[in-house]
Amino acid sequence: MNDFLNTFLDWDYIWQVFPDLLGTGLLNTLILAFTSAVIGTVLGMVVAVMGLSTKPWFRWPSKVYTDIFRGLPAILTILVIGQGFSKLLRPIIGTNPYPLGILALSLIASAYIGEIFRSGIQSVEKGQLEAARALGMSYSRAMLLVVIPQGVRRVLPALVNQFIALVKDSSLVYFLGLLTSQRELFRIGQDLAANSGNLSPLVAAGFVYLVITVPLTHLVNHIDKRLRTGRTVQPEVDELDELTASGKVQP
Amino acid sequence: MTAVTPVRSSSVELRDIHVSFGTLEVLRGVDLKVEKGRTTCVIGPSGSGKSTLLRCVNRLQEPDSGDLLLDGESVIASDPDHLRQRVGMVFQHFNLFGHRTVLDNITLPLRSVKRIGREEAEETARARLAEVGLADKAPYRPSALSGGQQQRVAIARALAMDPEVMLFDEATSALDPELVKGVLNLMAGLAERGLTLIVVTHEMGFARGVADEVAFMDHGKVVETGSPEAVFDAPGSPRLQRFLSQVL
Repeated sequence: MNDFLNTFLDWDYIWQVFPDLLGTGLLNTLILAFTSAVIGTVLGMVVAVMGLSTKPWFRWPSKVYTDIFRGLPAILTILVIGQGFSKLLRPIIGTNPYPLGILALSLIASAYIGEIFRSGIQSVEKGQLEAARALGMSYSRAMLLVVIPQGVRRVLPALVNQFIALVKDSSLVYFLGLLTSQRELFRIGQDLAANSGNLSPLVAAGFVYLVITVPLTHLVNHIDKRLRTGRTVQPEVDELDELTASGKVQP
Repeated sequence: MTAVTPVRSSSVELRDIHVSFGTLEVLRGVDLKVEKGRTTCVIGPSGSGKSTLLRCVNRLQEPDSGDLLLDGESVIASDPDHLRQRVGMVFQHFNLFGHRTVLDNITLPLRSVKRIGREEAEETARARLAEVGLADKAPYRPSALSGGQQQRVAIARALAMDPEVMLFDEATSALDPELVKGVLNLMAGLAERGLTLIVVTHEMGFARGVADEVAFMDHGKVVETGSPEAVFDAPGSPRLQRFLSQVL
């Protein structure tokens, strides 16, 4: 029994691998996840706005793009882009697979995030756009200042969920073959586990993943709750004020 | 109401306006003329095309055919964003921007459309809020206000753009009965100040008391127009007589 437990939880071994996990692995996982989250969010907004256009030549490319990157397994996309584009982009990025990993993760994320944004923007009442247009704002200005900010706010929980998925999916760039200094959490755990035949490094890597993802999950719940209840202090509706305005009583 | 701002108003004329949604003809050749500084109330059963007609005046609804004149000039083919700066609109459901404070609701269009600086925009916004009796609500979100207060903010927001014409689309229909009067009084004040108003309403008391002219619509046409006295006390057409017997 003790043997069995030691396969996962060899504490001495776990302590030993932690510096590597935190110094190299955590750093790389965060770089991969954060960079592709930023690019994926920007691209996702473009995909969403195009998907909402009334013009078919905007809408269709957005639909096809979403269908492809949401419909393929992440690992397939990462391998095809990571290996397929490496020759093409060699003059720019050299033989480094790292940027291509980020590119692939960003494209996958943008397809999901685009759908999240689209549903959020669509959930904003039609009257908001109409009121903004009636005040003389152009369509794009009304979308930018009135509709999109409200739509995005409503889907923040779903967006953070997508970021959580991205943290986990960043482990898939392992398949592109990274330099020692580029290894992220999973790769480091996996390498050490393979060398020693003991799973403790993977368990330790898993623990570090949880340290990132669990707070994010709680952030989702927090945002969700805040969106439901509202955080601004609600003043009491002043009955006297209403009566004054209707001329029933003098102030 | 303090600090009454002088108004520049314009006449409005709709000529032979047609609007169809698919096979449904919503407006079937509507003519309506509103003199500068006058108030016209549009009444009629639901589905008669009142709101669609009103939305043609600022071209939120583009007519299939017909002409629209503002201050005697055709604006049916001009830049709609420019037209909408001259024609304010107040909606049944207020449509205040939920993610912005009451003050920002007014400064946002001033700054983004009229390109007015922050300080001047806030000054204008506060003055307009004071006019509708809500100066103290500036920092709150719209959701913190009652329906009546929200609608008064919406009116202040439209007024801040210095419109020459104001459109009211059933502005009190979504309000609790005790809040209706505050909004109607505000609208009556605007009429008194000489702003051109076109008011789609179910408030027959308001139409009788404030309107210079009442237009009765049915089945996508203006069936009868005239002074409130003429329309309410001596209705000519059987359809108007039937409508009035149902609502009065």
